[in-house]
Amino acid sequence: METDGCNALPARYLDRVDPRARVLLAIGVVGVVAVAGRFLTLGAALAGALVCAAVSGNPWRLLRRRLAALNAVLLLVAVVLPLTTEGTPVFHAGARPYTREGLLTAAAVVLKGNAIVLASIGLLGTLPAATLGHVLSHFYVPDKLVQLTVFTVRYLDVFRREYTRLRAAMRVRGFRPGVNRHTYRSFGYLAGMLLVRSLDRSERIAAAMKCRGFRGRYYLLDHFAFSPARDVPFAVAAALAVLALAWLEWA
Amino acid sequence: MSEPLLELRNVTFCYGLDRPVLRGCNLRIAGGDRLALAGANGSGKTTLLHLTVGLLRPASGEIVAFGRPRRREADFHEVRRRAGLLFQDTDDQLFCATVAEDVAFGPLNLGKPRAEARRIVAETLGCVGLPGFERRITYHLSGGERRLVALASVLAMQPDALLLDEPTAGLDEASTARLTEVLRGLPQAMLVVSHDRKFREAVTVQTLLLCEGRIDAGPS
Ligand SMILES: Nc1ncnc2c1ncn2[C@@H]1O[C@H](COP(=O)(O)OP(=O)(O)OP(=O)(O)O)[C@@H](O)[C@H]1O
Ligand SMILES: [Mg+2]
Repeated sequence: METDGCNALPARYLDRVDPRARVLLAIGVVGVVAVAGRFLTLGAALAGALVCAAVSGNPWRLLRRRLAALNAVLLLVAVVLPLTTEGTPVFHAGARPYTREGLLTAAAVVLKGNAIVLASIGLLGTLPAATLGHVLSHFYVPDKLVQLTVFTVRYLDVFRREYTRLRAAMRVRGFRPGVNRHTYRSFGYLAGMLLVRSLDRSERIAAAMKCRGFRGRYYLLDHFAFSPARDVPFAVAAALAVLALAWLEWA
Repeated sequence: MSEPLLELRNVTFCYGLDRPVLRGCNLRIAGGDRLALAGANGSGKTTLLHLTVGLLRPASGEIVAFGRPRRREADFHEVRRRAGLLFQDTDDQLFCATVAEDVAFGPLNLGKPRAEARRIVAETLGCVGLPGFERRITYHLSGGERRLVALASVLAMQPDALLLDEPTAGLDEASTARLTEVLRGLPQAMLVVSHDRKFREAVTVQTLLLCEGRIDAGPS
């Protein structure tokens, strides 16, 4: 999810299609991949997800970082899972057998994880968070959740700035973190200060909202336009892709 | 003398059990008034503005706004629409991701249709000298631009009176000059809190002094 992006002109194909279609496609792909078990399906999904990620305009560096983090966790699964699954032993690690069934399950988990993450980054990664919030509200996600999304994005930056300011204030007075009581106490103060400030700020924001006539209902300015010439081909292709995956799995 | 828009009568207020911040404070803002409010840090200027629009309630005394005494939360809904408050910290005021959404927030709350809200957004942004800023991200704006957007979001409610809490705080000379121009061109009655004497003199005709919890007519 991107916290900005509105200042960039939408140039890439994905940025021009109706964001609702993107979100639906992502939900469809992730849904099928999550329940799929056949390697053919998972392989096809991974390939599709790779294409999505490649054309999405996400920087490669970011993709690599995300995938590295994911696969570090999946590696652990891949090492442990075959040991704990019953079945035909293939080879032994110490006294424990690695089973065929276990290896296959582990491979499926790795494929699934990568396909889901790549598809999400590719389809949703460059969607501005505010837009995602709006999409959710068009899908009748409860108002409170939508507001939470939109506000979180708006104030993440403010909190990060506040944190940086407090940290800088500590640093200019010679604070160097170490393994000692002074460090723990100082970080305790820092966390407490952030909490109190956040609370104060939320009260002031609520006041500002009241001043502008807020009575609990959040209205959206943006209305997405479904343009047939642009969105129908995408929607059809997206629907076919999801159907194809489902067909590979269940036919 | 014209009918006052906003009036504080003998208002007393204290936070918690502290000594009172305001003690028998009187204030009157009439149509066309251009008042400045000065006073030491912590003298209660922000508190006074928040009391006026009902974000805080006085311990004693009365707030009369637009011809009616206001006491309960429901009484203040109309006051907040007709008396636009610009907050001291713009980060509190701009809470939407994009400028257009932020400026449209008030009009949409007032039940204006989207097309009308868009028109108001374009118009008020033009009025504060930021035409074409609709799609910009609020937290990537400079301090001066942010202040002007906050002002636009207040103006979009089409208020009869403006309460501005240190509008020039943190602005450089060019931004201050720009804000001065914008404010001088506005027709609304206003009460401006400011420590900047030059700015007060350029925008307002009279300075009130808040001291010891009361208001005196100070030097202009
Ligand atoms: N939420 C609060 N709780 C307790 N005390 C408060 C609170 N807000 C303000 N005060 C106190 O009330 C007094 C008046 O504060 P206020 O913010 O109105 O001053 P101000 O005149 O606006 O000051 P400044 O010029 O610094 O903005 C100060 O002494 C302040 O410490
Ligand atoms: Mg103040």
